Amino acid sequence: MAQMTMIQAITDALRTELKNDENVLVYGEDVGKNGGVFRATEGLQDEFGEDRVFDTPLAESGIGGISIGLALQGFRPVPEIQFFGFVYEAMDAINGQMARMRYRSGGTKAQPITIRSPFGGGVHTPELHADSLEGLIAQQPGMKVVIPSSPYDAKGLLISSIRDNDPVVFLEHMKLYRSFREEVPEEEYTIDLGKAEVKREGADVTLVAYGAMVHSSLKAAEELEKNGVSAEVIDLRTVMPIDMDTILESVKKTNRVVVVQEAQRQAGVAAHIIAEIQERAILHLEAPVLRVTAPDTVYAFSQAEEVWLPNYNDIIERVNQVVNF
Amino acid sequence: MKRTLENIENQFETFRILNEDGEIINEDAMPELSDDELKELMHRMVYTRILDQRSIALNRQGRLGFYAPTAGQEASQLGTHYALEKEDFILPAYRDVPQLIWHGLPLYQAFLFSRGHFHGNQMPEGVNALSPQIIIGAQYTQAAGVALGMKRRGKKSVAITYTGDGGTSQGDFYEGINFAGAYQAPAIFVVQNNQFAISVPVEQQTAATTLAQKAVAAGIEGIQVDGMDVLAVYAATKEARERAINGEGPTLIETLTYRYGPHTMAGDDPTRYRTENMDNEWEKRDPLVRFRSFLEKKGLWSEEEENKVIEQAKEEIKAAIKKADEQPKQKVTDLIKNMYEELPSHLEEQLEEYTEKESK
Repeated sequence: MAQMTMIQAITDALRTELKNDENVLVYGEDVGKNGGVFRATEGLQDEFGEDRVFDTPLAESGIGGISIGLALQGFRPVPEIQFFGFVYEAMDAINGQMARMRYRSGGTKAQPITIRSPFGGGVHTPELHADSLEGLIAQQPGMKVVIPSSPYDAKGLLISSIRDNDPVVFLEHMKLYRSFREEVPEEEYTIDLGKAEVKREGADVTLVAYGAMVHSSLKAAEELEKNGVSAEVIDLRTVMPIDMDTILESVKKTNRVVVVQEAQRQAGVAAHIIAEIQERAILHLEAPVLRVTAPDTVYAFSQAEEVWLPNYNDIIERVNQVVNF
Repeated sequence: MKRTLENIENQFETFRILNEDGEIINEDAMPELSDDELKELMHRMVYTRILDQRSIALNRQGRLGFYAPTAGQEASQLGTHYALEKEDFILPAYRDVPQLIWHGLPLYQAFLFSRGHFHGNQMPEGVNALSPQIIIGAQYTQAAGVALGMKRRGKKSVAITYTGDGGTSQGDFYEGINFAGAYQAPAIFVVQNNQFAISVPVEQQTAATTLAQKAVAAGIEGIQVDGMDVLAVYAATKEARERAINGEGPTLIETLTYRYGPHTMAGDDPTRYRTENMDNEWEKRDPLVRFRSFLEKKGLWSEEEENKVIEQAKEEIKAAIKKADEQPKQKVTDLIKNMYEELPSHLEEQLEEYTEKESK
């Protein structure tokens, strides 16, 4: 076992799959010689050569398009979109094209593509770097969306994503890249896509979160414990598909839920989860299900982002509302 | 600055082999095709013209759905295709169904595509192609990827993709030719310049005098071809293919052509944006008339032979429509099953719901 940051765990997963499968190709803007702007692909071009780890021209739609073509030639592309705010440039390639290939071809063509991309707030980026845009992809049938919250999960989930025969958007929260280390096995392992994890057991309220909000939720749970409120924390890990079984099992135990997302509120993942909960378990609920989200503005300019981003105090406030309902 | 542009534009003269009377005007460029191959090319153009006429009629009877007429563009479509091999991969636009058919897509499946049945998109084993693209230009970046994949695999084959004059305004057009150029990937990018993007004339798409010259900015070869001259189209594509598989990079081919019919059969009225005069001018250059006259002079074609092709086409179309009619009706459950390799639980539930609905 080694102590790894999330970025190291991601590099390790890429190395593992480049070694395992000669069809795996890693590419994007600055991923070759430079090893990626966050060093996620550090050393991989030297190790696997320029045919398998390479730079692309600076055009996200082109990166999406060549991924579709490479997949049609039997490759397993792992392109990087340098920051997920740039995904608008590639929206047709992703939602209009690769997501639909299996459907469009009547099940005769697959798109085993994993698009890796950094996102997430709190690191004072310029516009269109930090936005939580997972909802845009999660709404598209045919796509999967994976968002790890820890180094261990990042490695296992990335390996699973690369091996999956459907297109996956794999979102890496920038704030988590180097914020902490944990034990990550050097050998390969996978974590099933579409399976949430109960990060902390509790009896009084369920917190459903993903990405960096898992950590805010855990911190809130610790504080709440001091006041005698026992919070269960679920890390979704995959926001498309959503593991409703794990959520519902918890809801039936705690009868109270708060769903936490870093994204603005409108038409989001949290709203979808709440709709599912009330359709499937309304008689188990002792209080309305509440959300903790950012406000419905475009992602905050960096001077305001500390207030704009949901934090553990916002979570505690909402939990108190549902507990005292 | 202007001088640079003029110098470049002057390089793009229209490449021709046959004149409008079917006489060879460019002997040196004459491709090496046997008499049988020349006849086969004519066979395909006549067949495709009949297919177009029948498709329009079937559409009007409500027996076909979405259909984009092809008459006028036969040389452009079939001349490029005739230069390909079976292992080459086609990424067509929605008007490019004839190339798919001659690449091996059974006719009844082409009809099913038109009717909006997914079986029309299931390419048979060994037919290297995508179904027609609807988003203008999206196939250009995909073609760069297919070509890069072929290069990485060491294959001696090419990816060929088609768009129209309007498609050259899209970002994906530039990204596609630029990526393929940067990777020196074996791709052929065909622009069928039929003068109108639905109703907008090519003069309003761009300040560029030719669309072929757009290749220059991407650092790849470009050529403008008389798209009503099937021999010129064939020869240009053949050369592009040779260069591609020899590692000399991609080529952009602009074919100057014209669609006689409407944009699609869904209510477009070309009289709103084209004059009869213009239609007549282009019909004088008809690819079939010109090539027929060339073949007749060589003693390779006759009315009798043409009638044989027409009869064969009509019979095969009739049989294909019958086969399309016999296909089981498309179900929502089929679509649900094709969303993912393994269905997530929410789709499993919906599959159950629609299985129930569709069993009634």
